[in-house]
Amino acid sequence: MAAPLVLGILVAVTVRAVLYRSSLAGFISERVEVASPLNAWKRVVEGLALLDLGVSPYSGDVFHETPLIIYLFHFLIEYSELVFMITDVLTAVALYLAVQDFNKVVFKKQKLLMELDRYASDVAELIRTPMEMHYIPLKVALFYLLNPYTVMSCVAKSTCAINNTVIAFFILATIKGSTLLSAIFLAVATYQSLYPLTLFAPALLYLLQRQFIPVKLKSKGFWLYTTQYAALYLCSLVVIVCLSFFLLNSWDFIPSVYGFILSVPDLTPNIGLFWYFFAEMFEHFSLFFVCVFQINVFFYTIPLAVKLKEHPIFFLFVQLAIISIFKSYPTVGDVALYMAFLPLWSHLYRFLRNIFILSCVLIVCSLLFPVLWHLWIYAGSANSNFYYAITLTFNVGQILLISDYFYAFLRREYYLTHGLYLTRKDGTEAMLVLK
Amino acid sequence: MAGAVAAVLGLLLLLGSPGGSTGPPRDSLREELLLSPLPSGDLAATFQFRARWDSELHREGVSHYRLFPKALGQLISKYLVRELHLSLTQGFWRTRTWGQPYLQAPAGAELWVWFQDSVTDVDKAWKELSNILSGIFCASLNFIDSTNTVTPTASFKPLGLANVTDHHLLRYAVLPREVVCTENLTPWKKLLPCGSKAGLAVLLKAERLFHTSYHSQAVHIRPICRDASCLSVSWELRQTLTVVFDTFSIGQGKRDWSLFKMFSRTVTEACPLASESKIYVDISSKTQENKLLEVTPLPLSVHEASVQGDRRTYAVYDLLSPSLFNVSRSLNVQLKWKRPQDSLDLSTPVLHAQRYVSGYGLQTGEISTLIYNTHPYRAFPVILLETVPWYLRLYVHTLVITTKGKENKPSYIHYQPAQDRRRPHLLEMLIQLPANSVTKITIQFERALLKWTEYTPDPNHGFYVSPSVLSALVPSVIAMKAEDAEQSPLFTSLFPSSDGSSYFVRLYTEPLLVNLPTPDFSMPYNVICLTCTVVAVCYGSFYNLLTRTFHVEEPSKGGLAKRLANIIRKVRGVPPL
Repeated sequence: MAAPLVLGILVAVTVRAVLYRSSLAGFISERVEVASPLNAWKRVVEGLALLDLGVSPYSGDVFHETPLIIYLFHFLIEYSELVFMITDVLTAVALYLAVQDFNKVVFKKQKLLMELDRYASDVAELIRTPMEMHYIPLKVALFYLLNPYTVMSCVAKSTCAINNTVIAFFILATIKGSTLLSAIFLAVATYQSLYPLTLFAPALLYLLQRQFIPVKLKSKGFWLYTTQYAALYLCSLVVIVCLSFFLLNSWDFIPSVYGFILSVPDLTPNIGLFWYFFAEMFEHFSLFFVCVFQINVFFYTIPLAVKLKEHPIFFLFVQLAIISIFKSYPTVGDVALYMAFLPLWSHLYRFLRNIFILSCVLIVCSLLFPVLWHLWIYAGSANSNFYYAITLTFNVGQILLISDYFYAFLRREYYLTHGLYLTRKDGTEAMLVLK
Repeated sequence: MAGAVAAVLGLLLLLGSPGGSTGPPRDSLREELLLSPLPSGDLAATFQFRARWDSELHREGVSHYRLFPKALGQLISKYLVRELHLSLTQGFWRTRTWGQPYLQAPAGAELWVWFQDSVTDVDKAWKELSNILSGIFCASLNFIDSTNTVTPTASFKPLGLANVTDHHLLRYAVLPREVVCTENLTPWKKLLPCGSKAGLAVLLKAERLFHTSYHSQAVHIRPICRDASCLSVSWELRQTLTVVFDTFSIGQGKRDWSLFKMFSRTVTEACPLASESKIYVDISSKTQENKLLEVTPLPLSVHEASVQGDRRTYAVYDLLSPSLFNVSRSLNVQLKWKRPQDSLDLSTPVLHAQRYVSGYGLQTGEISTLIYNTHPYRAFPVILLETVPWYLRLYVHTLVITTKGKENKPSYIHYQPAQDRRRPHLLEMLIQLPANSVTKITIQFERALLKWTEYTPDPNHGFYVSPSVLSALVPSVIAMKAEDAEQSPLFTSLFPSSDGSSYFVRLYTEPLLVNLPTPDFSMPYNVICLTCTVVAVCYGSFYNLLTRTFHVEEPSKGGLAKRLANIIRKVRGVPPL
């Protein structure tokens, strides 16, 4: 299995290297879909230049990266292309190993449930076999590496790639079962972009499952483990934040990074829903709607945790998707991360209802983004509404994709426990509805 | 008895007079008009009214104002102002065709103030001061706020007496969009002691003054030495007004001009309150022998001065001398060209600059400044001050300065990045200009999308970027001797000169007009509805999936519509649904 992965990595690296040397590199780094005010490479260079001039990078409103990025690129600025290619490779390898391990867990669990007779009798075609699961890790890694979104993100040198690497390592550590490493990587991921805070719940559920601790609110073991994990997470977060303080000897980075993410002052267009909404917002309601939009990212966690407590990795996938869609400055790099997980649910294909139209919507929208941007900004023959419309469509497409996968997942679970060929009381074929 | 009454009266007089033995502070007024033909055939007229008041406004409680206007005096004492410079300008001084200006001002309104070091809250004082000045001069200076105010560190050093120069006491703001009109001229004229009734201010008629290529009126207040020993301080108020007449449109094609042609008035008397009232006409020409210009009436005296590195000759008309109005009651200075095709030789100004925006589209752009040093063999440094509004995000790592193809590193850079909606970018650099060279300074920027309420009512007109300021000590070709400020004409004592080998020049570049991407202003309700719909789609789908479970569908009898359809089918003889 390692050989195809290495081959895939080589192909991916070659594609990126070719694009770096071509004239497309400049064009791609300017694209607002790929580079947002939070993770554009131009702003990293600007922050380092300000530091050279003796001005704090956080004194203006151009630089919104964490001090970790300053520290990293202070030494590695000449090798930036290599750094981004390596991060992509690391993400792919981490996802590969994580999915490999996860498949083993899934298979073991399936075997256990079959022996316990939890499954209905006629669900033989829904049972997953090692044969079909064999190539999934490779598919996941290749889905990430060769996704045009990821390639563009890497060529534009957007620091979203670094965030993805940290999240991938967090997923690997969680699936391997290491509490400490999982907490540390989650802390780094939260420190980098704040929204991975919501991934605490799925990680906790998975680790509990792995330790065979049942999730009962009255159980002492549950609370013990939860507080242990939470304490590790919070301590590492505090340590990282304090280390950042000592880098520039000021707390300026907190309003500049986290205040910026939460209050959305910069209205540069991107593929998300926030920018045009706040550009057209009545000033009186601006604070109210900022709060509403930010709460929207965080409030699906608890209901999803209740519904999906037996399936934490699917919960993780849905949560990652919600973060990518509703975060304040999304880019295609964030979309690429959750799309890498789609091969993991390829067994749900038969239950997906709208996959064809949704994939068409996503592809067409991705192609129309640069066209309508050009018409608005350069040709002057369209206006901002055109670009906004494509943003809306793209986000609706993503939302329906995730809910479609969610529906298919729940439906398969129903069939597994109730049987595939359902009949009504009078013997005719039954329809399944969500009621 | 009479002696006792006299003694009592004398005592009363002594006690009655305020300040004891010293009388009220002395003040004096000098007025001056300088007419200089420009190389391109236009004519520049610079009025200067200078009131000097030997009083310490900050220490004593002053209540008796004579020549110094009360509005400004109260302003200085209340806000502890040390220096105040306000200018309102319409048009742009074309340095390349018109030569070096005596005192240039940027297009729009410019206000810079040095406060005393006893001021505790400079920003508050600045805000109140700009609001009051807005009321006094009927200009929208109340738009000066933190988004267009900067604190320069190297430019705009005090022009008057200064012992402490902490630059945190300085504030500078420019409003490039400000328009100057009669409404601003009237309160400016009201500050003059003689108003527009006597003296040179009689010529200031609005309908002629605004029919010009360049109109700049300014107020400068600064403390100066009272005498050579400089033990005490006097306050000087200079009101300057510079206009450039386009002789083509004024003279209907003929290049001869006269006071009457330009101002539609002539001078009849000097201001009675003025101690000095003079008109200077620049009659210097390259060769002394054949004079190209002829001035009538014949001047009573000729004054030679070295101004801005050049030796110039001026015809002087002293309005206070009794012999001037002997021949006619009014003075109409006329200038005739000997031969119609003559023109003054253009001596290229040693320092001039231009600035422009390049790039296409509404996403990015580049500001380029070109600075020319035409001195044949002397290099000198220049301080460049750029203030760029926050919505044009400058990237200082793209700053490139090239001279003659090679990179030119500035010896001093002060960069203060902008904060969104709070303060603008401030870039100050000290650049060395080699002799006979062109220096190009480029910096890239990104255009921001603003909230729909932050656009002006005509958003597609664009947004103004205030002019950049170049301050330099230009080396002069000839040696200039330092003259006593009181004896020399006013136009030579605008800037303090330290030595005779260089003169101070402050130049402004053009303001820039930059377009920003605009949202659709008719759409706020639609956008809110559509975006909330998308969020609701997500919420709805997830709500369904989270709260509902799968059930096997029970066959239903069918609703009313199905039963009606079945009845109709039975009537038609078709099998039921």
